[in-house]
Amino acid sequence: MDPLSTTTPAPAPSLHVSGLAYAYPDGHQALFGVDLTVARGERVALLGPNGAGKTTLVLHLNGILEAGAGSVAVAGLPVAKGNLAEIRRRVGIVFQDPDDQLFMPTVREDVAFGPAAAGLRGAELDARVTEALTRVGMADFADRPPHHLSFGQRRRVAVATVLAMRPEILVLDEPSSNLDPASRRELADILRSLDVTVLMVTHDLPYALELCPRSVVLSGGVLVADGTTQDLLCDEELMRNHRLELPFGFDPRSVTVPR
Amino acid sequence: MGAGHAHKLYRHGHSPVHALPAHCKIAAVFCFVLVVVSTPREAVWAFGLYALLIAAAAGAARVPAGFLLKRLLIEVPFVAFAVLMPFVAEGPRVHVAGLGLSVSGLWGAWNILAKGTLGVAASVLLASTTELRELLLGLQRLRMPPLLVQIASFMIRYGDVITDEMRRMRIARLSRGFEARGVRHWGVLAKSAGALFIRSYERGERVHLAMVSRGYTGTMPVIDATTATRTQWTRAAVLPLAALAVCLLGWTL
Amino acid sequence: MHVPDGFINAPVSVATGALAAAAVAVSLRGARRELAGTGQGGGAGAERTAPLAGLVAAFIFAVQMLNFPVAAGTSGHLLGGALAAILVGPYTGVLCVSVVLLMQGVLFADGGLTALGVNITDMAIVTTVVAYGLFRVLVKVLPRSRRSITVASFVSALVSVPAAAVAFTALYALGGTADVPIGKVFTAMVGVHVLIGIGEAAITALTVGAVIAVRPDLVHGARGLTAPLELRTSPLTAADAAPAAAATPVPAPAATAPRRSVRRVWLAGLAAALVCAGGISYYASASPDGLEKVAHDQGIDAKARDHAAKDSPLADYSVKDITDPRLSGGLAGVIGVGATLAVGTGVFVVLRRRRNAADARPTAAGAPAERV
Repeated sequence: MDPLSTTTPAPAPSLHVSGLAYAYPDGHQALFGVDLTVARGERVALLGPNGAGKTTLVLHLNGILEAGAGSVAVAGLPVAKGNLAEIRRRVGIVFQDPDDQLFMPTVREDVAFGPAAAGLRGAELDARVTEALTRVGMADFADRPPHHLSFGQRRRVAVATVLAMRPEILVLDEPSSNLDPASRRELADILRSLDVTVLMVTHDLPYALELCPRSVVLSGGVLVADGTTQDLLCDEELMRNHRLELPFGFDPRSVTVPR
Repeated sequence: MGAGHAHKLYRHGHSPVHALPAHCKIAAVFCFVLVVVSTPREAVWAFGLYALLIAAAAGAARVPAGFLLKRLLIEVPFVAFAVLMPFVAEGPRVHVAGLGLSVSGLWGAWNILAKGTLGVAASVLLASTTELRELLLGLQRLRMPPLLVQIASFMIRYGDVITDEMRRMRIARLSRGFEARGVRHWGVLAKSAGALFIRSYERGERVHLAMVSRGYTGTMPVIDATTATRTQWTRAAVLPLAALAVCLLGWTL
Repeated sequence: MHVPDGFINAPVSVATGALAAAAVAVSLRGARRELAGTGQGGGAGAERTAPLAGLVAAFIFAVQMLNFPVAAGTSGHLLGGALAAILVGPYTGVLCVSVVLLMQGVLFADGGLTALGVNITDMAIVTTVVAYGLFRVLVKVLPRSRRSITVASFVSALVSVPAAAVAFTALYALGGTADVPIGKVFTAMVGVHVLIGIGEAAITALTVGAVIAVRPDLVHGARGLTAPLELRTSPLTAADAAPAAAATPVPAPAATAPRRSVRRVWLAGLAAALVCAGGISYYASASPDGLEKVAHDQGIDAKARDHAAKDSPLADYSVKDITDPRLSGGLAGVIGVGATLAVGTGVFVVLRRRRNAADARPTAAGAPAERV
């Protein structure tokens, strides 16, 4: 397939970030050397307090921000000016506010936007849209305008908009925010049923525990912990030092993680 | 307002008028209004015929008369203007019920009322038989610059979102015991407007990020390319052509 | 103010349609430059134009529904041309207001389809261009501060609304279908719109002020201001690092360059204002105010009280001791502009002197910065 993957026998990891540092134009430095590798098919939670640099990291994954130092590669393809179109097809980012993500007048057009921008047309495009909407259980809503949907439905359509691009890795920014418990569970079921690599940025620690076997903690612009989600959540000192708090009455030790 | 209002204006249906492609309808309505506007105002009967044409089109579209008439209310401010006209205009005067009315003013008022009303009726008919999205695509097919169509569709898409934000801010103001009652409260309203602008602009930036993340490079991919058949164009042309005939009669008679 | 079909005759409608199309085409190019920005993604202008201009248009659409109470029972709403021009720049402003008008015409039948050109020319182009031109001149003339931006917003919004009324009158003179004398249309339109303009101006200025206080970078008209504003030093560090602060080249070099031409622009603007005021009032006063006339004809002004300033020399816009009504009206206009300018200048001289005095006390280095 691509030139880089031929050097290693195993398939290139879905995401490979090494030594990534970044400072905003105003001089504020947000990332201080991040190293992260996510293997194909893994589901990883990216945890961290507000202002840790999570969103900055996410915006590097599809080349919206350009690395000041270090590099990012998606399935072996480096994120660089020349191959941004392919990178953006491979990295599907679901932003926090579905109203930002769903900018087209109807659900169908919105889901078709990404593949159509990549050059897909006609029946092939229709099939892709239907497939993506079916996977999130929203096929019946294809012709509705997004603002007529409930918040949970909008979030699911937002997931479909990136699934339609058949991404290598799905990046979700706070997927459970503003969802009622039922929508939250429905979204978890959908995410679990997908066979793509998932990187999930979240404050919702129980959700991370439920969905992601592995977690990394980003704090102060560097990764400070990387391990199984259950271990991290049980490490009280780590949690305290990085402003991570479990909801009242939630004990990660008592949970048997669905696998 | 925003899209919220718009789909109230749109009436779902399956009439022959609904089925016509949007760009045919837009072109037809535009030509019809143009013809109406260039009809001499002295040909009073011609405007009656135009009204009949609109009524026939509304009948074909199965848009009830009450609905159409209610939507005509948007014209009211200019009706007020037209009503003033006979009093203000100069020239010879006639005396009706003790009031001195200018003859040319009366003609002017009639002119504005008749043409304005027909124009509004035609536009309402267009908006009530064509879906919003279709209207925008129709404009694009009529060679409106694609960027303009994009801007318009973003405006429609986010009109509701922003109006909602504005409503929430108002509720927040009311909940804290504030009610704008006069000039003294303009400052608070303006602060809300300023906050609304910042939110809108920042949302624009986020939408841009979301678009770029899905491969946007400045042009919207064309997803459906509807074209109109000759029959559809002919059907749409019936209204303006009939009007044109009336107009020509009006000039010659 | 949305003109319906049939108000303006076909040739003028078509001509304004062509003018509006050309202006929108120019604005589409200009808006790409204005919205290019340096934010996240830093993408080319073209790809930022659609979402940002679309959202600004939606904002204007929403803000036009924001009613502000004027007095018991009555309320007005914002037109938004001046606000858009100052917040996002003139090209984007024209573009967004045009899109709003287009959508209002097509979707809500608000404003006739054939009158679209008239409406765009009048409400999108004239308000925006007048407001922005005046705003730029004022910003250059006034001292560099946030207060000046607010003042400039107020004045430019105040002028932009009657300017649209003047433009409407001109279009009406060219292609009006009713036989109402131009003088009457002019006085009625301008009179009413000066009142609307005051509300527009207050809300515009306050809104711009509110945005500047939070995100000054988003105000297109205040972009030149950001550099000098970064100079503020906290009183604690100022004492320690006094020599360092003094060493920094405080007056921004970029700011001095445009200053050279300012005096000329200022004089030209003054001359234009006087000519307009004089010339227009000359014609305006040829016929009595349309609404007054209507009121008089109907006898409803029997109880109306005399204007409080009836005895002032400018009452009814004509100078007492000059008998020619046209000439005296023109003179009144000139005097009015002169008096406004004098008062305005006086206020600014006082404000500036006071600020300089205040700045001189804490740090000597701050004062020259303010005087730029």
